Amino acid sequence: MSAETAHPLSKYIRKGAQPHTHCSGCGNGIIAQSFLRAVDEAGIPKKRLVCVAGIGCSGWIPSPFFDVDTLHVTHGRPIAFATGVKLGNPELEVVVFTGDGDASAIGGNHLIHAARRNVGIKVICVNNMIYGMTGGEVAPTTPRGTKTTTTPFGNLERPFDLSKLVMAAGGTYVARWTTYHVARLVASMKRALTRNSFSFLEVVSQCPVHYGRRIGITDPVAMMRWFQRQSVTVEKAREMTEQELLGKFVVGEFIDVEAPELTKLYAELFEAANRDSN
Amino acid sequence: MQGNEACALGAVAAGCRFFAFYPITPAGEIAEKMSQLLPRARGVYIQMEDEIAAIGSVIGASWTGLKAMTATSGPGFSLMQENIGYAVMTETPCVIVDVQRAGPSTGIVSAPMQGDVVQARHGSHGEYEIIALAPSSAQEMFDLTIRAFNLAEQYRTPVIVLADETVGHMREEVIIPQESSPRIINRRVSSNPDEAAHGFLSPSVAPMPIFGKGFAAHVTGSSHDERGMRQASDPEAIDKIVRTINEKIVPHTDQISSIEKVMLDDADIALVAYGSCARTAEYVVKQARKRGIRVGLLRPIGLWPFPARGMKDALKSLTRVIVLENNLGQLFPEVERVAPDDANTTFLAPETLATLHRPDYVLKHMTGEAR
Repeated sequence: MSAETAHPLSKYIRKGAQPHTHCSGCGNGIIAQSFLRAVDEAGIPKKRLVCVAGIGCSGWIPSPFFDVDTLHVTHGRPIAFATGVKLGNPELEVVVFTGDGDASAIGGNHLIHAARRNVGIKVICVNNMIYGMTGGEVAPTTPRGTKTTTTPFGNLERPFDLSKLVMAAGGTYVARWTTYHVARLVASMKRALTRNSFSFLEVVSQCPVHYGRRIGITDPVAMMRWFQRQSVTVEKAREMTEQELLGKFVVGEFIDVEAPELTKLYAELFEAANRDSN
Repeated sequence: MQGNEACALGAVAAGCRFFAFYPITPAGEIAEKMSQLLPRARGVYIQMEDEIAAIGSVIGASWTGLKAMTATSGPGFSLMQENIGYAVMTETPCVIVDVQRAGPSTGIVSAPMQGDVVQARHGSHGEYEIIALAPSSAQEMFDLTIRAFNLAEQYRTPVIVLADETVGHMREEVIIPQESSPRIINRRVSSNPDEAAHGFLSPSVAPMPIFGKGFAAHVTGSSHDERGMRQASDPEAIDKIVRTINEKIVPHTDQISSIEKVMLDDADIALVAYGSCARTAEYVVKQARKRGIRVGLLRPIGLWPFPARGMKDALKSLTRVIVLENNLGQLFPEVERVAPDDANTTFLAPETLATLHRPDYVLKHMTGEAR
């Protein structure tokens, strides 16, 4: 009996774009599926969705696999390009796929300024705590002491807390989950897609090849179990000391407030400018 | 009117509806004017966090179908180079105004120099073609900004307006034609999925599959095919890209890069100059003619692609060619290449770089060598 049925999300997959480029066990597949589920549930028409990808493995989540307008740009700059797309056509739902290195090292400036100006793009930042694509170099998110291909004696520097960074810059929606927390990840993605303001979603993800191997967890499922064990919710974290939070992943929605969104402010400016000139 | 203001007026007249900027001297007045003009035209003026973001947002806006521009000077132009290459690679129409100042590095922020001529041509990595125009008057800041947009739209490519501090800041009469009179070219946009599926890499310029039309366009700076799909490990693909980008532009050099000839018909000597240097050169020509010296001016208006054929033809009967640039000879090798073999072809910088050539200095140089 032939029981072949199409995957409910296959309408979002670009024909002929397979096979994908992710390593086996990569968290990108989980994030891709979570995102497409959120798009489907939020009812965003494909025609209205634009995905902007940076350089790094995270860029390969939408590019070229999602069957929507896709702009795969230079390293670190997807938020800058996305700002132009959103301001150019505010009707579009513009989603950036970026990594921790793309968003917080080479592109850190664009991240904080997009949050500050509250331009209504949605940023999904895949944080695997390493430069995966280039061979496992230390990242601004790599925990202190970790041995990487370029810190053979252990990382001397402190890691960024990306969600805190974006909140400090004025982000109006900030959430963090891991690839273990699929249901909550989908819910947060859907929330981000249905609001107007700048939204930042950090997804802690496993790179078994370049990060897991370095910390002695080569099995992707074991890495996700490690995420599960080490995760504490925002609510619980509030009652914990800094010492107790060392090595933990604080997950949840950190902030969800509305503020005037930039393209709306431009629309008002255009009205005012043309009123005055008449 | 000031040259920089004329540039902004030209941009809006050409249909520019997105302008991104990061503050820099001597380009600031372009931004000031754009911030006044654009809201009334329902266009976006945005000050980005740096020049990398400025050109990035310009490219993003262009993919929504808007005509988009940024303006800067040397340091910002350096920062923009990677994304200028991205615009070339993805065939994204946009305009970059570089009001050149004295460099290298921070240099002198408000002194004229023409140090970015070769950078405009080869500043981004990889093998590519670019269009760059060099205005030499406030009027041309208006006219050539419109032309830059037209060329960008026609050839789906970034176009550089290579101005300099003198041209940007000089004030002189500018004639703004009635709204309908400048010829405005708009890009061809994919009108159906089949056309959109061939949205890249046509020597005759593919219609652009802009966003929001349901074409699921795929735009990447990686090596790709005519559908825009990544072909990241196929030398044939990058070979096709490099050759197509060249083929799209170079055969049209005569139309893109015009030249101006002043009193050249009966001349023995030609001064070759562009941008603000051409103003001194033209003055020198007129003074020398009063003394009976048969000298003319040859001015490339488009520097890149270098108008080799037109320049060669214009120089063919000359015995002396003197190239004036406010640098140590960036366009000179190109001119030398097309000057007659038996002509005496020399280069003349101003006595002090970052100042204009003094006319008497040029005149002395010319007559001294003529004897």
